[in-house]
Amino acid sequence: MAAVTGERLAGEAGSAGPATAAAAGRRSFPVWRWAILVLAGVYFLIPLYAALRFAGIASFGQVVKQTGFSDALTLSLRLAVVTTVLTLVLMVPTTIYVHLRLPRLRRLMESITILPIVIPPVVLIVGVLQVAPSYLKGTPYLLGLIYVVLAMPFAYRSLDAGLRALDLRTLVDAANSLGAGWRATLWRVIVPNLRTALLSATVLTVALVLGEFTIASLDLYQTFPVWIVAFDQTSGPVSTAASLLALFVTWVFLMLIVTVGSRRARRTGAGQVDLISVTRRDTSGPRIGES
Amino acid sequence: MAPGSAPDPGATGRRGWPAALRQAATLAGILPFTIYVLLGLGAPAVAIAYGAFQDPTTGRFTLSNIDTATHGIYLHGFLITMELSVITSVVPGVFGFLIGYAIYTARHGSVLRRVAITASGVFANFGGVPLAFLFIATLGTTGIATRWLTDIGFNPYSNGFNLYDLGGVALVYLYFQIPLMVLVILPAFEGLRPAWREAAANMGARTWHYWRFVGGPVLLPSFLGCVLLLFGSAFSAYATAEALTSGTIPLTAIQIGSFLNGNVLAGQQNVGKALGLGMVLIIAVLMVLYTFLQRRAARWLR
Repeated sequence: MAAVTGERLAGEAGSAGPATAAAAGRRSFPVWRWAILVLAGVYFLIPLYAALRFAGIASFGQVVKQTGFSDALTLSLRLAVVTTVLTLVLMVPTTIYVHLRLPRLRRLMESITILPIVIPPVVLIVGVLQVAPSYLKGTPYLLGLIYVVLAMPFAYRSLDAGLRALDLRTLVDAANSLGAGWRATLWRVIVPNLRTALLSATVLTVALVLGEFTIASLDLYQTFPVWIVAFDQTSGPVSTAASLLALFVTWVFLMLIVTVGSRRARRTGAGQVDLISVTRRDTSGPRIGES
Repeated sequence: MAPGSAPDPGATGRRGWPAALRQAATLAGILPFTIYVLLGLGAPAVAIAYGAFQDPTTGRFTLSNIDTATHGIYLHGFLITMELSVITSVVPGVFGFLIGYAIYTARHGSVLRRVAITASGVFANFGGVPLAFLFIATLGTTGIATRWLTDIGFNPYSNGFNLYDLGGVALVYLYFQIPLMVLVILPAFEGLRPAWREAAANMGARTWHYWRFVGGPVLLPSFLGCVLLLFGSAFSAYATAEALTSGTIPLTAIQIGSFLNGNVLAGQQNVGKALGLGMVLIIAVLMVLYTFLQRRAARWLR
């Protein structure tokens, strides 16, 4: 990896001369690359600017005062809390248990937990409404229970990455020989070591719940993203302002994951939560206002 | 959950138990998860597969749902969805590839690189309702970019552009598909060893030769796999198109949604399930292809 290290050194030394010819080739940035990046920049920034202009500063203050705003937001926040708690209670013990006792099932777990990403949410809700008992239909409880399923892939992946970075077996053995029961081992040894993974699982779940639109709208429940759309009928600028706020929240969430993830990675040299594992597809993103 | 933290099942007092029983006891630890998955994922899946073949009035087995779902407006819906998915996976695939390469060639730790990667992460996660509003404010009939273009004498709406039809939806999809491509293709670029390029250069290869015989073939499975991923992402998207067009565009996901909203002809209540089954089958084929391509790509990337 001579060129890469050379390049890295050159990068650290500021704009010093390139170490190798290959690095030189990579440092001189041809015109087409700038053209591509500028084009991309224009495409990505203009809609943001347009939305800001369209909404106007005043609309941001008005968002809060709209009818239904606080109800929708409260519902979304409560759903986020319930879903996160349920997801963690279900996934943390299961993932730890699989790592410790059933490592052969890890591949199977991975395939099972990928399913909610693969199945389009609009299809999932068709099936769910078919089998759900009638007292759950059209209630936020049903929504919370489905969101646990949707959050599973991201929770599992975060926790799996976190556990992989630990020497779990040694930790558990050490805890045992010091006389800790399994409860103490879980709470006072494993969970504290999984802080980053837990944080990223939480953040992803919260972002998912705050942004989910498909299932909420089809379960006929007015969560925050559903409210934004319903509200558009009355005031364009205000719902655009609400959308920008929602985007901003997503951005803050993602920055949080990346910052915490990379700090942790620097310290331990492993278990990094990178943006790729954070990224979800349009089916059920951790985005405020997803699909 | 864990029935004790004993590291080695054999070392505990269960030595006398029959092996099968011990195995069952070990598996009991994932019972809550298994039950949840069966109820939350298995049961709905079975209900869809079952309902797709069921007559809504008599409850008997029938192929008429499948028949309806594969003809007329629903076949059209599948074709339009496919068309949209192909466009919004190939175009962003190519752009994302080029942007990914531009990022890859930037210095490690440079501002450009960091900004581009973080921005990709953020934009790839945009979508749905807010994204639709962003574009309505930009390229809607009274949007700002529309006004700019009109001022310089090119009104997009009098030149065949419409944000609320297929082309418009495709343009909006690029907003999250391109960054998604950048994120998923970057590891493939990082897997290109400089040593390969040096070896090729030692044997007298020019840039073109390197890409034709080394870089291209190594990247191809990754590129195709990533494009498949984008295809799946576009294929199952619902919220963005729904929010943008209020459900007027005939995509399969939106047709399924309208079944749930109660816009159903008598006797066709189960066509939505047949459509859902169709979507799942198409996605399943994609996943098989994707797994295969990932395996090929993994040979070179580690």
